[in-house]
Amino acid sequence: MRVKVFVTPRQGILDPQGRAVEHALKSLGFDGVNGVHVGRYIVLDLQAASADEARAAARRMCDELLANPLIEDYRFEVESG
Amino acid sequence: MKWGVVTFPGSLDDRDTLHALREVMGQEAVALWHKDESLGGAKCVVLPGGFSYGDYLRCGAIARFSPIMRSIAQFAGDGGLVMGICNGFQILCEAHLLPGALTRNRSLSFICERVTLRVENSHTPFTRAARQGELLRLPIKHGEGLYVAPEDELRQMEERGQVLLRYVGADGALDEAANPNGSTRAIAGVANQRFNVFGLMPHPEHATEPLLGGTDGLRIFQSIIESAA
Amino acid sequence: MSRPPALPGEPAVDDALAAAHGLTRDEFARIRSVLGRMPTYTELGVFSVMWSEHCSYKSSRLHLKMMPAGGARVAQGPGENAGAIDVGDGWLAVFKIESHNHPSFVEPYQGAATGVGGILRDIFTMGARPVASMDSLKFGSFDHPRTRYLLSGVVAGIGGYGNCVGVPTVAGETTFDAAYNSNILVNAFCLGLVRRGELLSARASGVGNPVLYVGSATGRDGIHGASLLASAEFDATSESKRPTVQVGDPFTEKLLIEACLEAATSGAIVAIQDMGAAGLTSSSSEMAARGELGIELDLDRVPLREPGLTPYEILLSESQERMLIVAARGRVGELAAIFAKWDLHAVEIGRITDDRRWRVRAGGKVVADIPVAALTDDAPLYDRPATPPPKPALAPRPAIATAPDARAALRALLGSPNVASKRWIFRQYDSIVQGNTVVGPGSDAGLIRIKGTRRGLALKVDSNPRACAIDPYLGAVATVCEAAINVAAAGARPVGITNCLNYGNPERPEIMWQFVRGVEGIRDAALAFDAPVVSGNVSFYNETEGRAIPPTPTIAMVGLLDDFHQHVGQFFSHPDDLVVIVRSGPPRLAASEYAALFGLQEPALGPLDLARERALADGLVDAAQAGLIRSAHDVSDGGLAVAVAEACFNPEGPLGAELVFAPGIDTACELFGEGRSTVVISASPEGVARLTERFRRAGLEVISAGRVTRAPRLRIGSTIDEDLVELREIYERALPGRIDER
Repeated sequence: MRVKVFVTPRQGILDPQGRAVEHALKSLGFDGVNGVHVGRYIVLDLQAASADEARAAARRMCDELLANPLIEDYRFEVESG
Repeated sequence: MKWGVVTFPGSLDDRDTLHALREVMGQEAVALWHKDESLGGAKCVVLPGGFSYGDYLRCGAIARFSPIMRSIAQFAGDGGLVMGICNGFQILCEAHLLPGALTRNRSLSFICERVTLRVENSHTPFTRAARQGELLRLPIKHGEGLYVAPEDELRQMEERGQVLLRYVGADGALDEAANPNGSTRAIAGVANQRFNVFGLMPHPEHATEPLLGGTDGLRIFQSIIESAA
Repeated sequence: MSRPPALPGEPAVDDALAAAHGLTRDEFARIRSVLGRMPTYTELGVFSVMWSEHCSYKSSRLHLKMMPAGGARVAQGPGENAGAIDVGDGWLAVFKIESHNHPSFVEPYQGAATGVGGILRDIFTMGARPVASMDSLKFGSFDHPRTRYLLSGVVAGIGGYGNCVGVPTVAGETTFDAAYNSNILVNAFCLGLVRRGELLSARASGVGNPVLYVGSATGRDGIHGASLLASAEFDATSESKRPTVQVGDPFTEKLLIEACLEAATSGAIVAIQDMGAAGLTSSSSEMAARGELGIELDLDRVPLREPGLTPYEILLSESQERMLIVAARGRVGELAAIFAKWDLHAVEIGRITDDRRWRVRAGGKVVADIPVAALTDDAPLYDRPATPPPKPALAPRPAIATAPDARAALRALLGSPNVASKRWIFRQYDSIVQGNTVVGPGSDAGLIRIKGTRRGLALKVDSNPRACAIDPYLGAVATVCEAAINVAAAGARPVGITNCLNYGNPERPEIMWQFVRGVEGIRDAALAFDAPVVSGNVSFYNETEGRAIPPTPTIAMVGLLDDFHQHVGQFFSHPDDLVVIVRSGPPRLAASEYAALFGLQEPALGPLDLARERALADGLVDAAQAGLIRSAHDVSDGGLAVAVAEACFNPEGPLGAELVFAPGIDTACELFGEGRSTVVISASPEGVARLTERFRRAGLEVISAGRVTRAPRLRIGSTIDEDLVELREIYERALPGRIDER
């Protein structure tokens, strides 16, 4: 099972990378960019009997290692097959 | 007194810390391997600077799960002295032995330069050899030194005197321009509530010899030596 | 020896395929003659990288032989992965400089990062712990659209790799010049220390000894990096070369350093070489060649990052952070355990044979079988035609119309990217890790101490393409002199050189002529300073669509201080100290930053007196040892006025200077000219008296110029009267101001 994890800076946390990218986009002429957040994309290839099991495992991995709850939020998608 | 300096895969200033302790200060210091469980009888354990595990995922995120960290958590719980320098500070935060987290420098660049720190609380085992308000010149070299913590936690930390070092201008005053990484409230070093665990981004081990960066770093080591006596 | 059968899916080997691999018709014929048959596809790939310019040095090795490489201090000259100089107290300094020009233009971060990784491996493969780095960078003009992108990427890459691996960057140089708009230069230097008697070698020995592969797994990185990128010019299709750039992992390199140095102490390493350009192929064939032996490899045993790599790909891969070890028989397990401790692969993949053949098996079958010598010592050796270009009809063009007055010129120079402070660059580098840095970036030379001794090593990297463009011989001589005087100004005696020779296409006679003249210049100057050239690198084909870079021989100089406490800094330190200018001859505006800024054209450099240059270096070292010099700063880009201003920019707080010039002297030339080695010295009045006597006796010109003042004002003659704090602002803000600070 494939789990796609998206780790993003927590709302309210300073995101200097996001700001720098926003600034760069604007100076390249892209108008109408109202915000940019830069995070991490992690793909896990898990052995799991069911999507629920994979979800539970992924949640534990995120809580323990993949994301720092103080400064990051996470969400993930499970892909069967 | 006996010191322990931990080496994780990717630690860099472990050797420099050992050199400063042994060669410069004549202290007894043992090198601790991240897979060890014993702390070798050390009275103070130092987590050194560097790029443990390449800083992959997040600085210190992987190192904090090393076997030795279990022993260190226990040691700290029993009141033992622990100091985390730079990457060591990041590991202590990830391991929840210190509050807060270190994030990317506001400029997004790695910065190596000498800065001025003000001692905000000289009544701790790590700062007692310094005067309250004393200015120390220490080098920093990091890409992730911007300290953050929830606002109410920060307020409580300040009230309790848990902020031990702050970035200031050469004249000792707070100055946006003197904050090299944008750290919240210009925080450079903090202690836990019990004041037995200390984390700082500047490198005292690189300021112990006169021709090599000055000797202000000795203040911190001397404080710990006095505390353990 | 019959031809190994073709593998499924491989293209037929013919003239067209050989040409596509960068081999000439003659070279292809020679391969067939050496083998006595048609090569396999795999063998063709192997020859194409080993016979590429980058690996074989076919256009340069004939001429490199003339470089002086001997001397009492030389512990290892050219022939191994780096050179070594005995620096006393039982220590050898192992050093080399290497280029990574083409990959850095294609992918600046990874190109620069892997350049650093590669040079580090050349050092620790000799058993030396890398302790200091330097970089010489050349970008296009600052306003060129690509420059900022390349600058940011290269600097980030050097910092990203060097900082993580824990080797301090203690000095360097960065130049911006339109001549490099389409061909940037990234030359990376590294120096390491090893105890005398513990130097490792890359010469295989012991028939039957096992061959061990250690480090990262092999992937498809950089296939054809050597032949494609480094041995050919850029053209319009260069962007599509992106996938061939290697990606580095500094964390793994750090583990590799620790593991290799630990393994070195076991005594179980017979020979070791890093897998750099042409990876497994070059390391295995070169080690066998040096030992005049053969080697057999089994590719099935090579750790792979992804399945399905063909023998061709495995052999040509330039995946980073890998080493090849010839181990003592029976001690593989011991070595493997050391590498396992550091979580690195360590696999036996072959053995040393006695048949002087390079033989590779995959899937149980031989896929390549080549005489070792054919890949190495008997690779093509060319004596390419070298003829000077027709003399350019350049009359000296004075810049009277455009040249501003001295005050405006000084400000313009201090604010020009080539002269201005490079702090924006070097503060991104860890310059203090390992605790040995006495003088970091931002001075004439970097200085590190050797722990456990009182000794210090001064390091400087220099180049002078403008001078070389006017005269490739004199420019090269001037470059060596500048590097030597820079370390001497710090109080260190020049003891060894490593050079990176960057030129255009050697198949063009005028480029080949530039190269040969450059090597002759380095030879003559190296002899004059008794500083042997113990290692180096050649980078050809630095040109785009027929336009070559100016000849750019980059010189890295190592100087030795018996006692690092006696080192001399470049900043004025005591008000009322006297200032003297010592030089080997008068300055000229030719090839100067002033000439470049204000459109002056001078066709000739004028002679350099090597005896005087040497006397200047010796005088500086002796005077430093006698404690006579308070500060010494070498004059370079921007000339004397700039050097004096820089000497005033003491980081502890700026001081001032008041200099008096004799009337009637050509002001612009005296103030802003470059060329002959000139040093601005400050000393106490007693010190100055003794200095003046010593230097004059040595045949050098000594000008008593003035004094250091407490008030931060710069006064030179009647033409310059400036607030130094203001000048320092211009100097410090020039680069960050142009790079849009966030």
